[in-house]
Amino acid sequence: MRSINVKEISNVVKELFIKACMEINEDLKEAFIKYRDREESEVGKAVFEQLLRNAEIAENESIPICQDTGFSVIFMEVGQDVTFTGGNMNSAIEEGVRAAYIEGYLRKSIVKNPLTAPENTKDNTPPIVHTEIVPGDRVKITVLPKGGGSENMSRIKMMKPADGVEGVKSFVIETVISAGANPCPPVIIGVGMGGTFDYVAFLAKKALLRKINERNADKKLAQYEVQWLDEINKLGIGPAGLGGRITALDLFIEVFPRHIASYPAAVNIQCHAARSKSYTL
Amino acid sequence: MDVLKVETPLKNEMVEKMKIGSQVLLSGIIYTARDAAHKRLVDLITKGEPLPFEPEGSVIYYVGPSPAKPGQAIGAAGPTTSYRMDSYTPLLLENGVKGMIGKGMRSDEVIASMKKYCAVYFGATGGAAALISKSIVEADIIAFEDLGTEAVRRLRVKDMPLIIINDCYGSDLYIEGQKRWSSK
Repeated sequence: MRSINVKEISNVVKELFIKACMEINEDLKEAFIKYRDREESEVGKAVFEQLLRNAEIAENESIPICQDTGFSVIFMEVGQDVTFTGGNMNSAIEEGVRAAYIEGYLRKSIVKNPLTAPENTKDNTPPIVHTEIVPGDRVKITVLPKGGGSENMSRIKMMKPADGVEGVKSFVIETVISAGANPCPPVIIGVGMGGTFDYVAFLAKKALLRKINERNADKKLAQYEVQWLDEINKLGIGPAGLGGRITALDLFIEVFPRHIASYPAAVNIQCHAARSKSYTL
Repeated sequence: MDVLKVETPLKNEMVEKMKIGSQVLLSGIIYTARDAAHKRLVDLITKGEPLPFEPEGSVIYYVGPSPAKPGQAIGAAGPTTSYRMDSYTPLLLENGVKGMIGKGMRSDEVIASMKKYCAVYFGATGGAAALISKSIVEADIIAFEDLGTEAVRRLRVKDMPLIIINDCYGSDLYIEGQKRWSSK
């Protein structure tokens, strides 16, 4: 057994959230450059230029890329040969989030009671934590500060098996059309298929963790990813919704076996401020 | 591409010159308000009480900034999605508000009110929040401090980069842009 002090987890969570909010990943920066050159609309090109300048200012001056520093979503892969010492693991994760949002000058966007007046938790807790037990003695932590604007444009649908893949494709495209300019295009699209009502949404979110151009290992699914992205980039919504060729930077599909009666599909939309960082302990 | 230099407060004759697709560099005083502040502003109007700022000719920016670090006027400050303010907007326009800054589509009702009261909707690039913060020179909370990031702030802006999405003639850049670039 390997033992890890939960304080280490706190520190990693804190550092990852601060870094994620200030520095875009290299694959995203490359996508901005590639698609700026490919975009034909003048105003669309100008939006990509703004995004590149924004990323530069954010990184150099440690200003958040986007003021909406999100709901604090965390994915943890915990090796089964690890024991945690030094306190309560959930509190340690929360402590990491709290420290990141207070010390990192990130926006606190969470209100305590979803039904009533906006009483803020003042430290962006609680986070949403997805934990998976895996073989080995490592712990991988991935943070995804998820903005509200693009989350609001996401959808889930319990389709019929008769609807099939074509049905899901139409659902994905309809979702992007009705979102229009709202979720800050060019977007990244996470699609989940299969599983249960709750699990399909998780799949769609997990899909957003892939790097730009990282295709599903399954050839057929990889083909759908490319085809659906191509269809979406014919819609004309364009960067910032102002009209143009590039509405989405990528589309990722994650699947899981399904019940014979069900065909769940979920679309999680990610704005271009796609912020995620990982660290393995 | 033409770039209009615009100073607040806005007047009808200025708004009438603004057409969709024009780029704007906005300077002067603007006010921030998003979801919770809009609810309170509309409650004040309904009760016949004064607003925390002079509405006539004013411009509202839909933003909830991240906290300023020592030495900064404001933290990251990009626009939030505007449709959530749609149900409150017509009453604000009726009371003199002439401009709104946000991102994303407006309802038919808001667009009709913009025609009726001669108002304009500017788009700021969502997610370009560090860049936009550079055009905000001063920021002071003037109302609803308890709302935190959602408090109403008075901002002094200098050459804030915007684009006109909806003008006072009922045109919509999102619809026109998509129509032009759609390949279906």
